[in-house]
Amino acid sequence: MTVHTTSPQFKKNAAQALGDAQLQKALGNVKQGFIDKRVKAAEKLPEFEALRDSARDIKDHTLRHLDLYLETYEDKVKASGGHVHFARNAEEARSIILGICREAGARTVTKGKSMISEEIGINHHLEAHGIVPVETDLGEYIIQLRNELPSHIIAPAVHLNATQVEQDFRRVHTHLDAKRDLSEPVQLLTEARAVLRERFLAADVGITGANFLVAETGTSVIVTNEGNGDLTQILPKTHIVLASIEKLVPTLEDVSQILRVLARSATGQELSVYTTFSTGPRRPGDADGPENYHVVILDNGRSSMLGTSFEEMLRCIRCGACMNHCPVYHAVGGHAYGWVYPGPMGAVLTPTLIGVDKAGHLPNASTFCGRCESVCPVRIPLPKLMRHWREREFERHLSPATVRSGIKTWGFFAKRPALYRLATRAAMGALGLAGRGKGRFAWLPLAKGWTKYRDFPAPQGETFQARWRRERKGRAA
Amino acid sequence: MSARDDIFANIRRSLGVKGSDTIRRQMVTERLERAPKGVIPERGQVSGDERIALFKTMVETSLATVTEVASPAEVPQSIALFLRNHNLPATLRMGDDPRLRAMPWSETALEIAHGPSEGNDLNAVSHAFGGIAESGTLAMVSGPENPSTLNFLPDNHIIVVSAKDIARDYESVWNRVRFAYGKGGMPRTVNWITGPSRSGDIEQTLLLGAHGPRRLHVVVVRD
Repeated sequence: MTVHTTSPQFKKNAAQALGDAQLQKALGNVKQGFIDKRVKAAEKLPEFEALRDSARDIKDHTLRHLDLYLETYEDKVKASGGHVHFARNAEEARSIILGICREAGARTVTKGKSMISEEIGINHHLEAHGIVPVETDLGEYIIQLRNELPSHIIAPAVHLNATQVEQDFRRVHTHLDAKRDLSEPVQLLTEARAVLRERFLAADVGITGANFLVAETGTSVIVTNEGNGDLTQILPKTHIVLASIEKLVPTLEDVSQILRVLARSATGQELSVYTTFSTGPRRPGDADGPENYHVVILDNGRSSMLGTSFEEMLRCIRCGACMNHCPVYHAVGGHAYGWVYPGPMGAVLTPTLIGVDKAGHLPNASTFCGRCESVCPVRIPLPKLMRHWREREFERHLSPATVRSGIKTWGFFAKRPALYRLATRAAMGALGLAGRGKGRFAWLPLAKGWTKYRDFPAPQGETFQARWRRERKGRAA
Repeated sequence: MSARDDIFANIRRSLGVKGSDTIRRQMVTERLERAPKGVIPERGQVSGDERIALFKTMVETSLATVTEVASPAEVPQSIALFLRNHNLPATLRMGDDPRLRAMPWSETALEIAHGPSEGNDLNAVSHAFGGIAESGTLAMVSGPENPSTLNFLPDNHIIVVSAKDIARDYESVWNRVRFAYGKGGMPRTVNWITGPSRSGDIEQTLLLGAHGPRRLHVVVVRD
């Protein structure tokens, strides 16, 4: 494990998040903005659903032939004058990147937003070796100043309000006039632009992620709205692309298909402002661009997901739609998940990367409402995959004893339908009778988890199955 | 075993395949060769004036501005007017693009500089490789003609695009790239630009001019 995780204490994190007034205010922005924008973008494109199918099929095809597309990609990068490095795990990736930075004599390194760089914890590693990493995406820059993890995969600082950002800028940008006005968000943006412009021009190495790697041409693709990824990669002498194995796609046509669903699902834009296709280093005659081009390809457990039910998770294109639509994410935000990837995609991915023993709570933090799956641009069955984790957690005896005995008791009755009907009829009848007066219970044995926060409505005296049978009979008659 | 070989071995073990399997190899070669297009939205599938009109509408949707001129000779005056209208200084940086060089800049009072940007330019002009009507996107290719830094460092970026280079969709532009650079070949950088730089990272409020240009202005050249 490379980045400190608080996933094991998800319940405590969630309780804290629910009581955090600043966070709750900021989370209101997620609920309103993203959902409306995605719906509008999808409505404007009649082919949107067909494109989702197409994107899913492209990713599936690539994953089934991943070894061959990786080979083709590697050959193409080399042919264009670039270097390809393979890293089995986070530690190897960190040491490869540090090596390239040292070779370049780097003092400062600018960075485009990359979730994988969070996954491998590259910033701390560089700092520990005397190299200054500078995040340049506005949201990433803000959370770097606060020494936090991103709370959202495309909006890293979505948990913050403008006043908090103002305080951080005043704390860190001490070379600027202390009396300056920063009351408007645009003033914060302008200040960050000026501060980071200096950093861009001074950097020795630029590190970006990649949204896609194109096998056909040996091209890495990044998508940004700010343009920070581009300044990160065209100004320094050395450009390092950090990407995981599942970013491969076969052709430029395939990228174009997936790009049509990426921005629409993420921010509701037709396309992000800057989509950049990079192939190798500076060419003869070029007036700008990096002289060295390196790609670090990270596995970190992903190759073992192939051929399992979790293979489908490798289709993920990191748009963030699942968390934008998740009622649990809306309630607790991203930090409660305790590691790099939050929301439904994090609940599936995190246990594979740091272990279900540490992240077992995450797949349990779902109501299985299915909204994540219904908006996923590559149709990942997120609830099904979360359920797989719950099953594994149960099989490995990782769930608490009370839960296990409860499920076992329920299982005993569920496997004996006549007994189940009898028991539920008796229980519902008794509860219905007992609750007749008030219509609700403020306290019930074994239901403290529910009644501590709200009343339990009294049953109407009949079970669902009984009512179903009665009404079906009525309709047939 | 090297990290590379280990990763390939693990991928193949997980997939239950061998690297020597010729049928899989053929499928991959065929797919790379054929490059199937998939689902192409109807929206961009229009021609002539209708396509130019769609392009201009989509450019404006992306919060850029757009104007049209009848010939390359009118471009300098049009850009000078744009700068004047926005109270911007009469300076302009450009690369070595022969189409831009051939334009009558001396007819304007613009002070022209050539070559890549070092970060101190207010205004720059580039010539696009093409436009995409479906989304109002400009496709830029890197090189001494149009250095990539001009796309990102200046505050105000002006892009000139020929009406004949405005394509229906992304796929049509890739076809032209393949024709120019060979199948499987690419310029060092292709930038798709759809509107001016922006960020929504502070309270999800859309603000223009994050790290790239605050303004993007597109000049469509007929003829």
